[in-house]
Amino acid sequence: MSIRDKILSRLGAKPGDVIKIKRDGEELVGILMPSHDFSDDDIVVIKLRNGYNIGVEVSDDTEIEIIEKGEISKRIIEKEIPFDPSKPTISILGTGGTIASYVDYRTGAVHPAYSAEDLAYSVPEIFEICNIRARILFQLLSENIGIENWKILAREIANEFNKEDVRGVIIPHGTDTMGYTAAALSFMLKKLSGPVVLVGAQRSSDRPSSDAYQNLYHASLVASETDIGEVVVVMHGESSDTYSLIHRGVRVRKMHTSRRDAFRSINSEPIGKIENDVITIENDYRKAESGKVEVDDKMCEDVALVYFYPGMRADDIPEKKGIVIMGTGLGHVSKNLLSRLKELIENGSTVVMTSQCLYGRVNLNVYSTGRELLKIGVIPAEDMLPEVAYVKLMWVLAHAKDREEIKKLMLTNIAGEIGDRTLY
Amino acid sequence: MNYRDIGFRAGLEIHQQLDTRKLFCSCPSDLSEEFDANFERFLRPTRSELGDVDVAALAEAMKKRKFVYLSSKKNCCLVEWDEEPPHSINKEALEVGLKVALMMNAKIVDEIHIMRKIVIDGSNTTGFQRTALLALHGKVKDVGIETVAIEEDAARKIEEKGNVVKYGIDRLGIPLIEVATSADIRDPKHAREIAEYIGSIFKVVGKCKRELGAIRQDINVSVRGGARVEIKGVQYLSAIERVAEKEVLRQLDLIEISKILKERKVSENDIEKCELRDVTDVLKDCKSKIIERGLKEGKRALCIKLPGFRGLLKRENSRLGKEFAVHARIRSGIKGLIHSDELPGYGIEKMFVDKLREFMELGENDAFAIFIGKREIIEKAVEGVKERAKQALKGVPEEVRRALPDDSTEYMRPLPGAARMYPETDIPPVRITKEYIEKLRRSLPEKPEIQMKRVKEKYNLNDEQVRQLFNSGYLKEFEALAERFPDLSNVIARTILNTIPELEKEGVDLSWIDVDILSEILRYLKEGRFAKEAIPDILLELSKDPDKKVESVIERFGKVEIEEVRDFIRKVVRERGDFVRERGASALSPLMGIIMKEFRGKVDGKVISEMLREEIESYLG
Repeated sequence: MSIRDKILSRLGAKPGDVIKIKRDGEELVGILMPSHDFSDDDIVVIKLRNGYNIGVEVSDDTEIEIIEKGEISKRIIEKEIPFDPSKPTISILGTGGTIASYVDYRTGAVHPAYSAEDLAYSVPEIFEICNIRARILFQLLSENIGIENWKILAREIANEFNKEDVRGVIIPHGTDTMGYTAAALSFMLKKLSGPVVLVGAQRSSDRPSSDAYQNLYHASLVASETDIGEVVVVMHGESSDTYSLIHRGVRVRKMHTSRRDAFRSINSEPIGKIENDVITIENDYRKAESGKVEVDDKMCEDVALVYFYPGMRADDIPEKKGIVIMGTGLGHVSKNLLSRLKELIENGSTVVMTSQCLYGRVNLNVYSTGRELLKIGVIPAEDMLPEVAYVKLMWVLAHAKDREEIKKLMLTNIAGEIGDRTLY
Repeated sequence: MNYRDIGFRAGLEIHQQLDTRKLFCSCPSDLSEEFDANFERFLRPTRSELGDVDVAALAEAMKKRKFVYLSSKKNCCLVEWDEEPPHSINKEALEVGLKVALMMNAKIVDEIHIMRKIVIDGSNTTGFQRTALLALHGKVKDVGIETVAIEEDAARKIEEKGNVVKYGIDRLGIPLIEVATSADIRDPKHAREIAEYIGSIFKVVGKCKRELGAIRQDINVSVRGGARVEIKGVQYLSAIERVAEKEVLRQLDLIEISKILKERKVSENDIEKCELRDVTDVLKDCKSKIIERGLKEGKRALCIKLPGFRGLLKRENSRLGKEFAVHARIRSGIKGLIHSDELPGYGIEKMFVDKLREFMELGENDAFAIFIGKREIIEKAVEGVKERAKQALKGVPEEVRRALPDDSTEYMRPLPGAARMYPETDIPPVRITKEYIEKLRRSLPEKPEIQMKRVKEKYNLNDEQVRQLFNSGYLKEFEALAERFPDLSNVIARTILNTIPELEKEGVDLSWIDVDILSEILRYLKEGRFAKEAIPDILLELSKDPDKKVESVIERFGKVEIEEVRDFIRKVVRERGDFVRERGASALSPLMGIIMKEFRGKVDGKVISEMLREEIESYLG
């Protein structure tokens, strides 16, 4: 227990209490704040009346007392979500991330949206275009979202659509792994009767400059006004708050650590864009179907995504049922790995080749290494993104009976993940 | 004015830009002439836990503005774009801030926490300004220092047209030290003295920017019966005094106006129930350009009664009419309004004023305001006018105002509430150890008054020169030069304080000047290669010379033998003998011109004048 915690617990002080600390002959009065992750162990953080937080060093000799117990902040927003029968209804299924969060100005803590109402009310303009049905499924940072979560999401999305009045579904999602989830849902959901829109924010919504508002608002437009029957990602198209892009779920990748326009369609054009409240469709898409949405969420989890690097050793490649390699250039690995790959394939593994270049198509016919890889049975993944090939391989391995079928499925365009023409 | 009797209270907030890299990224802190990129954003107030939004934030949001940011790769990166999290706090800037705090005997906090202060007028791309409290409770002279903080400067506004505001983000992120005094200031003159003293502390600590706009002062002023008004952006030290004086007069006048309104029995309800009336027909034959143009564009003229406000809208010390116009503009974007206290005027003749008064069914004490525009916009504008008119009943509203070039002020926004700060979670707190503070304490410069006294005595300057050297921020350069050329200390002071600023005022680019070049010039002066009068001309010549070869320029201003000068003077006097005889001693100044033409920059004018006097006298016998 840190010295701070010892002193505070002896005092019985909790964040939110008004405390007085004697320091250097002076009395400092302020609200006790939760301690910062990086604060030193002997520092108590208080918020002064002028709004500033400061850290005050404490020791066993420090004179410190509680002046006033803090009130537990009450949340008043429990407004009902309005319903207008003339408007389409969409569902929002929350997964976490920074798209809807609030600041507690008293303590300065940032809380995620607790309820669906909170989430919807973070952009009340949405109610002008559609009715909202909202639920929180998980409260997860996107790096913690895994295969089980994809399955739950797929089933819940299907449930929402199969309640006949739902026009589209929005999935607010942390941005880091949004591309993986989008790809997984693309393979798992069949006969979609409306758009599934993944949306996120690169600047959290506790900031006035957050991109969450535009992204969520535009996602709602796509979910309620289009007949897209695919999983798509809607995010900022450029740094400005001008337009958003509709990316195909199996073609999109986060290409920047922090920019608003981090999401880019790779080896394909976005389906469309939203600007000034108007959706413009610019490329082909799969139309929504009537009838029930089906879920096919079987996945083989024994798959690895392996990044090749110079100096890689044979035993750096794990033994898995499926291995997606991110090779160099057209799809290569160094010679010393060939025997390892050959051995893995002979023992029943599937090895798929993608490129670390991300842009462009792999081609194993051009150089001798490529030809040898082909010879031992490596499957070139065309112009598929490595992460998408990884998700797809999990799905394919759970569905194909034999090697032939695995190969055939991997090279068949299922959800728009493969193009037979490489666009310029 | 007896400021004690009227209950004068004032505190200062002084912001000084630092000459380091930016506070939360590694961009240089210079401003750009040119931009190479731009982007557009909107800001919205964030909801707090209780679902309420700050008043000040809300006032901004009501304007629904689009912000266009101009950027240059030279001094902006993704941090200014709000496209990358801030880096750790700049250590050099932090150290300057801590030294300033120590110079004021303020108590430095044990751990510094960076906060976000919500500001959604667009001047910060994030919608908040990052700021951190460094120290509390210091003192300068007889005035308490409440806080010393370090913060990032805001973007600079370039243009505002309708709902679009353009900012340059070169300035965004430049470190600022903010010093806030307690409200101990006794009168406007005292405010100026304290501001000057705080300014001189920045100067002795160093690493502070010196150009215009590098120091910005806010002053909080109130009088008894008035209210706390924060006046932002006073750029000159000398203006502080005048701004405070004018604000006092304004507050006293507003108190007076509220009394008059009370006598006239005006209530909030009287103001609220006033309705807009369409007066387009009443004004259709009016020859006023503003009205004619508006009506031609298909706009309407709408009028609102201002009950009991006749004679109160444009007084010597307050301009309520203008306040109404500013509130109307902020609410609706409308350009302005015309109020009855400025009529007849704007080409609206008395006949139309009478017609309007009749049409609007105004009483003797009622005023009115006319708007030209679309009805829905004017309706919004009127809300702003009514709100401000109601405040007039009570006297002085608490608010933030902006200092204008004539030292008057204009409404900016309501005073922000206290709860506008929350932690900047992207930047770790900074522990300040006792050892570090001790180390800083040992490296502190002399106090300004000690340094002033020393400089004055050592270099034999007068009080005014020392004061000016301090305020100019070039004391260090002065000392470096005066140390080497003690005999020339007055020449050095004059060059720094007068010659250089005067040449710059004339548009001469002297940005190349540094201590090395000046000391080279001074060395030649000391060697007697030219007369000190030549310094302005030498600088002028050098500014035209891209290679800045001091020696070659100096040659052109070479000294002449004194006998040569005397011969020349004697010749001039003799050649103009008739004139000299006719004018006697007063021939001196016309002849001076002729002689100076020959020797300007080579011989001291005083010497020539003396010789000329002697030669005239001897000629006349």
